Amino acid sequence: MTHLDGNAAAGDLRTIFAVDVTAATGQCAACGRTAPLGTAQLYNQAPGLVVRCTGCDSVLLRLVNAPGRAWLDVRGLRYLQLETG
Amino acid sequence: MARAAVLGRLTWQMATVAALRDETATARTLTLDVAGWPGHFAGQHVDIRLTAPDGYTAVRSYSIASVAAGERIDVTVEPVMDGEVSPYLARVIGVGDPLEVRGPLGGWFTWRAAQAEPVQLVAGGSGVVPLMAMLRARAAAASAAPFQLLYSTRRPDSVIYRDELQRYAGDGLPLSYAYTRAVPEGWPRAPARVDAALLAAVTFAPEVRPTCYVCGPTPFVETVADLLVATGHDARRVRTERFGGP
Repeated sequence: MTHLDGNAAAGDLRTIFAVDVTAATGQCAACGRTAPLGTAQLYNQAPGLVVRCTGCDSVLLRLVNAPGRAWLDVRGLRYLQLETG
Repeated sequence: MARAAVLGRLTWQMATVAALRDETATARTLTLDVAGWPGHFAGQHVDIRLTAPDGYTAVRSYSIASVAAGERIDVTVEPVMDGEVSPYLARVIGVGDPLEVRGPLGGWFTWRAAQAEPVQLVAGGSGVVPLMAMLRARAAAASAAPFQLLYSTRRPDSVIYRDELQRYAGDGLPLSYAYTRAVPEGWPRAPARVDAALLAAVTFAPEVRPTCYVCGPTPFVETVADLLVATGHDARRVRTERFGGP
């Protein structure tokens, strides 16, 4: 299956976050690689989004949107460094 | 544009088609009126949502082609064979028709006028759209940042924004085409994809430390980004945007 990059997750992420998360730098909890989320691999041919580390393919983030609610799993990210300024 | 930094959660909003322009035999630019549009950076995109009478919805992302100017944005759509959204946008929708948009989106694949370093743009097919926004933003800001564009496309008549690109080239933009299926009469290079030799010939050398923006179908972007890094470009300076299958 063809993947996109994290840039394409910006819309769905902005429905729950007040800032752009794709420009934020995240650290993979599995391999320690740090990179902007926009550069990660995005798989979206599914009921939700799956964002994977370009270094080790581990799942960084999963998001499922449904009417009135959303499920977000970010256990694959050790941290996110957000530009707030 | 400062307002775009003061974010909040985004919701869908109605937009109206204000104008349509054919760019090639297949690609079409839609000018959308979006009330309250906060402005955007070159390289950002919008999500467009279509809703069928039975409630079925389809969402796709489209790069913004225009520079921030009031409440209008341009998106250029190249229809995907068997696509659910792009054939409607490229062939069916008319002036005055409504659709839903969400944006501006994406803060990573962007060029800001404050950037002074050299910029290498590499486009595959309609991947030229966000790169055109960067060229337009550079012109609008009268930026002195050195830009170059390498544009890979199937054949001469599939070049989007041809006349405007020629104008930029006339103003000094180093502009190169890589034709993959058919070439103009007398063209020195047989139809071929972008390769290391072409990159070495027509793009900034790694020593110049350009920021590279590569946009196109996923296989194109992966190939070009890998070639750039193998040539010696810093991977952190190679920014990519993939838009799926070829």
